[in-house]
Amino acid sequence: MLAKPISRREYLQSTGALIVSFSFSGPVSRLLAQTAAPSNGGPDASYLDSWLAVARDGRVTVFTSKVDLGTGVVTALAQIVAEELDVPFKQITMDCGDTAKTVDQFSTVGSRTIERGGPQLRQASAAARLQLLTLASARLDAPVEKLTVSDGVVSVADSPEKKISYGELVGGKRFDTRIAATGTGWDLKVAPEVRAKDPKQYRIVGTSVRRMDLPPKFTGEFTYVQDVRMPGMLHGRVVRPPVVNSKPSSVDENSIKHVSDVVKVVQEGSFVGVVAETQWAAIQAARDLKVAWSTPTTKLPASPDELYAYLKNTKSFRDQVATDKGNPESAMSQASKTFDATYRWPFQLHGMIGPSCAVADVRGDKATIWAGTQGPFRTRQSVADLLGLPEKNVHVIYCEGSGCYGRLSTDDAPEDAALMSRAVGKPVRVQWMREDEHGWEPKGPAQLMTVRAGVDAEGKITGWDFMDRSFPWTESQGMPLLASRQIGLKPKAQGNSNGTGGGGDIYDFENQKILAAGIPWVHEDPTPLRTSNLRAPGELARCFASESFMDEIAADLGVDPVQLRLRYLNSNKRATEALLAAAKKAAWQDRVSGPRGSTGSKALGRGVAMGNRGNTITVTVAEVEVDKSNGKVSVKRITLAHDCGLIVNPDGLRNQIEGNVIQGVSRTLMEQVHFDSAGVKNLDWVSYPIITFQDIPDVEIVLINRPEMPALGGGEPSIVGAPAAIANAVFDAVGVRLREIPLTPERVLTALKTPHASSRT
Amino acid sequence: MAQISLTVNGKSRVVDTDPNTPLLYVLRDDLGLNGPKFGCGLSQCGACTVILDGNTARSCSIPVTAARNRKITTLEGLGSVANPHRLQRVFIEEQAAQCGYCMNGIVMTAKVLLDRNPNPTELQIKQALQNNLCRCGSHLRVIRAIQRAASEKA
Repeated sequence: MLAKPISRREYLQSTGALIVSFSFSGPVSRLLAQTAAPSNGGPDASYLDSWLAVARDGRVTVFTSKVDLGTGVVTALAQIVAEELDVPFKQITMDCGDTAKTVDQFSTVGSRTIERGGPQLRQASAAARLQLLTLASARLDAPVEKLTVSDGVVSVADSPEKKISYGELVGGKRFDTRIAATGTGWDLKVAPEVRAKDPKQYRIVGTSVRRMDLPPKFTGEFTYVQDVRMPGMLHGRVVRPPVVNSKPSSVDENSIKHVSDVVKVVQEGSFVGVVAETQWAAIQAARDLKVAWSTPTTKLPASPDELYAYLKNTKSFRDQVATDKGNPESAMSQASKTFDATYRWPFQLHGMIGPSCAVADVRGDKATIWAGTQGPFRTRQSVADLLGLPEKNVHVIYCEGSGCYGRLSTDDAPEDAALMSRAVGKPVRVQWMREDEHGWEPKGPAQLMTVRAGVDAEGKITGWDFMDRSFPWTESQGMPLLASRQIGLKPKAQGNSNGTGGGGDIYDFENQKILAAGIPWVHEDPTPLRTSNLRAPGELARCFASESFMDEIAADLGVDPVQLRLRYLNSNKRATEALLAAAKKAAWQDRVSGPRGSTGSKALGRGVAMGNRGNTITVTVAEVEVDKSNGKVSVKRITLAHDCGLIVNPDGLRNQIEGNVIQGVSRTLMEQVHFDSAGVKNLDWVSYPIITFQDIPDVEIVLINRPEMPALGGGEPSIVGAPAAIANAVFDAVGVRLREIPLTPERVLTALKTPHASSRT
Repeated sequence: MAQISLTVNGKSRVVDTDPNTPLLYVLRDDLGLNGPKFGCGLSQCGACTVILDGNTARSCSIPVTAARNRKITTLEGLGSVANPHRLQRVFIEEQAAQCGYCMNGIVMTAKVLLDRNPNPTELQIKQALQNNLCRCGSHLRVIRAIQRAASEKA
């Protein structure tokens, strides 16, 4: 089960477990105050009690800053703990993302939760098990080596009548044990000296345990952040400028006199919001409030062509070299044939179905925030900076929001709620309207990729030169978010990189350069084209370019695209096996790609693409039908082979892969942010369509389990291959290369009308 | 403000509210029913779906007064974790969600579909859900769950 939002004190009172939180007064907290507890007030990673508690009834509560974003990852973490402790899965309670109760393991991002957070919880659990066995050894008068554990009950191997439960062992005591803990965030190493269970003995890890969060989500009993209500809570709505940020030169409060129940119009810097007694009053007031905005100082590119010209012609502020091997230039000058192509990727939305929402209660110099943030500690810092408070005075409590795919790693709503709560001295719930979310969510950045390759007389690729020109994340770690910037906080950096992977790094070419260039995108004023990490950041685009390009070379050389890829996977056994497994499952037709004289208006094609994100290998095979009469691409089936090392929960992983594939098809075929110099144009789901039920392909999955390997990420690697696999399948069907996403009917039709050319050169 | 009588999940309720308030906010904030969700306020995504006299309705876009004298059913009206409706049970068994935010609308739309057509084809299921958006990509599991609910009923 998931924890209801109760305090640790209430938990202790209700269960009888004796763990001690650092906010308690008394001898224990004084003792702990002398140790290396974090200065920001959170629990100390080097205390076992900071990680888990065993109650008298044997229930185990796990405290983790890792949160469930709707992916089911917390169920998988609970499996890891249950496995290591040898307790039934149902006895685990996960208490996630409360900054007062959990160690900062860094945000839940980057498909790294199982890979990094998993071992942290596993080792803490292994340390707890060892401590429990030590206690049992004394109680049962038997050496630790003679003890076994089953369902949370310790017994003596040769006299099973001698037994004692975890609950009985810990009853009346806390662990009070120091464990080794070095490093911070996702690099935190917890109790590395404790030997964890041999994966060969796993009975819970590796099984499709049902997700603990799902039942109440189907009945209305689940508490999303949107469902949090506090006594005396008011409702806030933001009033954003229609275009890039500008200052309100006048705010006419008379314009909302007709709305009853308005409590306050909040204006601070260029932030404007309204607070009302009810949601409906707040919505009407925000809608009707007349604000005159000053002329913005920032101008955005007026069109996609202007945008891509800017990406092409603007000097990089940061070159990140992913691969640099041999001398690609010299290889290309000696090549018997060279290839080059340019690919475009548009701004895209995270597109949460439930817009941003948070509740803030700011009283004096303390603030409590209920948020769906991916990083409770990051939100704590951002709200503390916004309010000018020390971090320890801000308490962030996680409550799940709508599936966000990176959007809530920069959670804006807590800041809006905090400003409005401070202004009225009461708890305020803020929910963005749909146009706020579409208009002002930080978007997945646009990218421009150029690829060149040289092939020798034997048809071998000897040189590879890949360049991604991409915007950084203007809303990344350490950068002020929207409301902070509206009240005058300034960005102090250029923003985090949009990543470097996917530019052909899965292949082994003799001469190979892969570079990601950061193009400046931090504006004086915040703009609706602000950017952040969107699922598998940058990697869909780079994979689209590199894997389309491999396909172009294969077609030109007259080689089957799977066969060409196999030649350059050399020593990469996992990638080779995944490629072969996907090809087999998809009944891949071994032939040169290209149209095969179809009759009628519809043509079928198949395409393949590989990905390697965070060492998780994916192979995507797409089968499409292209209607030549109207340009519509229908994806009929996607086959996906997936190798993320040890699989913790096979059905949970399949669920993630299905979701990645479907979202990937949507982003490939339909999605782009429209804008002009004034701002974003698609402010609803009609103007920014996403995939719907009738266009959903069949999805076939091949899971490759490697129990001998660590468990790697499964939250996003399987999205990266969809764009290239689909574009390659379109080429196979109708013989045109589409080098710009999305693959809209208009683009396909235009390409079909100009055979032998491509949509972008 | 006006006193408005409603019949929600079989119970009579009286709320004191601005008669123009969309039904969604009354259900959520006045009656504490969290099943229906705000998604767009534009009738585009389906997250706010309720059943009004046997038909699906987008509660974000109809004033509360339009629901007077009509039977309103929300997700809570189908069942609970302790005592789930058949549809809720099969959705759980098929693990047919990720974040689950859109699932209120999908389950309620499926309820109306099955009430009218106990054995829908796959295409009919897709058509019925065509205007329900899901960002997580749970569509295939949703279809399987509804097919299972139909077959178990038969």
